[in-house]
Amino acid sequence: MSQAPPLIETDDVVLHFPVSGGGALGLTRRAVKALNGVSLSVRPGETIGLVGESGSGKSTLGRALLGLETVTGGHIVFDRAAVTGGKRQELSKIRRETAMVFQDPLNALNPRLTAGEAIAEVLRVHKKVPKDKITDRVAELLQMVGLDPALSARRPQALSGGQCQRVGIARALAVEPKLIVADECVAALDVSIQGQIINLFLDLKEKMNLTLIFIAHDLAIVRRLCDRVAVMYLGRIVEEGPTEAVFSAPRHPYTAALIESIPEIDPTVSLPDAPMQGEPPSPLNLPSGCSFHPRCPYAEPQCSRDPPPTLRRRDDHGWACILDPGQLPRPQTATRLQNA
Amino acid sequence: MSARRRGLRRLTGHVPQPLMIGAGILIFFIVLAVGAPVIAPYDPIYQDISARLAPPSLVHPFGTDNFGRDILSRVIWSTRIDLQIAFLGVIFPFIIGTAAGTIAGYFGGLTDTLFMRLIDIVLAFPFLVLMLAIIAILGPGLASFYIAMALVGWVSYARLVRAQILVLKQSDFAMAAKSLGFSHWRIMFRHLLPNALIGSIVFAMSDAVLVLLNGAAISYLGLGVQPPTAEWGIMVAEGQAFISIAWWIATFPGLAIVLLAFGFSLLADGLGEKLGVRP
Repeated sequence: MSQAPPLIETDDVVLHFPVSGGGALGLTRRAVKALNGVSLSVRPGETIGLVGESGSGKSTLGRALLGLETVTGGHIVFDRAAVTGGKRQELSKIRRETAMVFQDPLNALNPRLTAGEAIAEVLRVHKKVPKDKITDRVAELLQMVGLDPALSARRPQALSGGQCQRVGIARALAVEPKLIVADECVAALDVSIQGQIINLFLDLKEKMNLTLIFIAHDLAIVRRLCDRVAVMYLGRIVEEGPTEAVFSAPRHPYTAALIESIPEIDPTVSLPDAPMQGEPPSPLNLPSGCSFHPRCPYAEPQCSRDPPPTLRRRDDHGWACILDPGQLPRPQTATRLQNA
Repeated sequence: MSARRRGLRRLTGHVPQPLMIGAGILIFFIVLAVGAPVIAPYDPIYQDISARLAPPSLVHPFGTDNFGRDILSRVIWSTRIDLQIAFLGVIFPFIIGTAAGTIAGYFGGLTDTLFMRLIDIVLAFPFLVLMLAIIAILGPGLASFYIAMALVGWVSYARLVRAQILVLKQSDFAMAAKSLGFSHWRIMFRHLLPNALIGSIVFAMSDAVLVLLNGAAISYLGLGVQPPTAEWGIMVAEGQAFISIAWWIATFPGLAIVLLAFGFSLLADGLGEKLGVRP
C-alpha cells in the first residue's frame, strides 16, 4: 500500500483566523492559530483518524483539505490538483471528487428539501446519471446506507438523527467521491446508533475502496475504524502512524495521556488520577517551544525554549518529541481496549 | 403521502384567528374587485348632476359626490386599483430587496459594504420625500409610483434578508452545499434564500398596509392615479372640500382603506404566528 502515490497530501499547512479587538485600543492584530504547519499524506483506500481535544484544529484541517477554508500558508495537493492557490478548475475537480459528512446530522441537511431531493440534487448537478435514472439511483443510494427508499419523501425534521446521518452519507456517496472527510460524524448520535454508523463506514470502506479521513475525539471508535491515526495538538500533528502501533506504543506524551484518559466501562477500574493537567492553552497565544510543555509530565528545560523536532519517523510511525520510543510507559488502557 | 400534501396539512392544521379574519377580509376585497361590474349598482364615472351630493339612501347607499357619481360603485371599482397598488407596490421591492440582501449577505466583503452604503443613502432621506422626488422626476401616474416604490422600498427587505443569510451561511448545510461543488447561484437561491423567505413574506403583508396608505397619499397629492378614475385616495382628497356638508364622500373610501389595511395587518400577524416569525 505504501507504494501508491498519496491521494491527498499537505505540506506545512498554516491557517490563522484573524481576530479583531485585541489590545487596549483594539488595534493589535491577533489571530487564532488553528493550524501551525501540518504535513500529512493519505494514500488511496486508507482510513485515517484525526484525533485531538476540541480546539486542536482537526475540523479546520478537514475543511482546509477540501478547500473549504483558505489557508494562510503551505500547500495541499489532491490527486495532483492544488487545493491551495484557488484555481477555479482545480477546486471544482476537488468538489466533484470529495465529500464531507458533518457532525450535526440535522443541520447538515437543508430543512426545505426532502431526503430524496437532497440526494437527487447532487446527481443532477454533477450529471452522475441520466435524468430518468435519478429516482432509481436515489433509491439505490438510500439502500446502500441502510435506509428504506420510502423515506426519501421525508424532510430532515421528520427523520431521526441516525437516519439524517445516513442521508448525509448517501448524499456524500452520490458524488462517487474518491475521498470522504467525516467530521465528528457520530459525536451527536446515541451510542447504539454510533455503532451502526461505524459499521456502515466499515462496510462501505470494504465495498467501495473509499479513502476516509475520520475526525473524532472518541479514540475507541477511531481504533475500530481507522488504519492510521494522526494525533493533533494545538494545530500540529504530534504523532502519526498505524493505529495499532500508536495505541499500543505511543511515542508522544500527549498521545499517551489521551489514551490513558479513555474512560473505562468497568467501574472497578478507576480512572488514572489526573492523567493530564488543565486545558489546552489558547490558540491565540501559543506557548513557546513545544506547545505541549506546560502540561507535559516529561518536560525538560529545553522544551519551553526550543521548538519540538518535526515529525521523527521510524517504522512508518512519526512523532514530534525529543523522547525516544520506549521511554514512555505502555498505556494500560490500550491493552484493556484490545481485550474488550 | 407526498411532501406537498404534508406541507398543506401543516398550513391548515391550526389556523390562528387573525389569519382567518385577515384572509377573509382580503378575499372579500378580491371578490369585490373581480365582480365589480356585476356588484356595483352604477357606472363609477357616470355623472347624475340632478342627484349631486345626495346623502346615503336606498337608491345611493353611500350617497353621491359633487358630480352626482355613486360613492358605493366608486368604492367598489376602486378595489381593483387599490389591490393592484398593494400587490405591485410590494412585489417589486420584495424581489429586488430579497435578491440584494441575499447577494450582500452571501458574498460579504466589498459587495456587502457597497449594498449597505447604498441602503444607508436611501434611508438617509425621509421615505415620502424621496418617493415624491422620484415621482416628480418621472411624472405623475401609477407607473411612476411603482418605480419609486421599488427604488425606495427594497431596502427593508434587503436588510431583513441579509441578516438571515449571514446566519444561514454559517450553517452546516451551507457548508455541505459548498463542499458538494454547487454554484454560488444555487447555494444562494436554492439553499439559503428559501430558508430566509418566511420572515420577508410576513413583513410583506405588513408592508402592504404602508404601500396602500402611500398609494392613497400619493393619489391624494395628485401624483398617483388621475381623476376621474375611482381610487380611494383620490376620493378622500376630492371629498375633503365637502366634508362639512357631505361627510359621506370622504368617509366611505376612507373606511375601505382602513378595512383593507386592517386585513393585511391581521394577515401579517396570523402568518407570523403560524410560521413562527415575528414581523
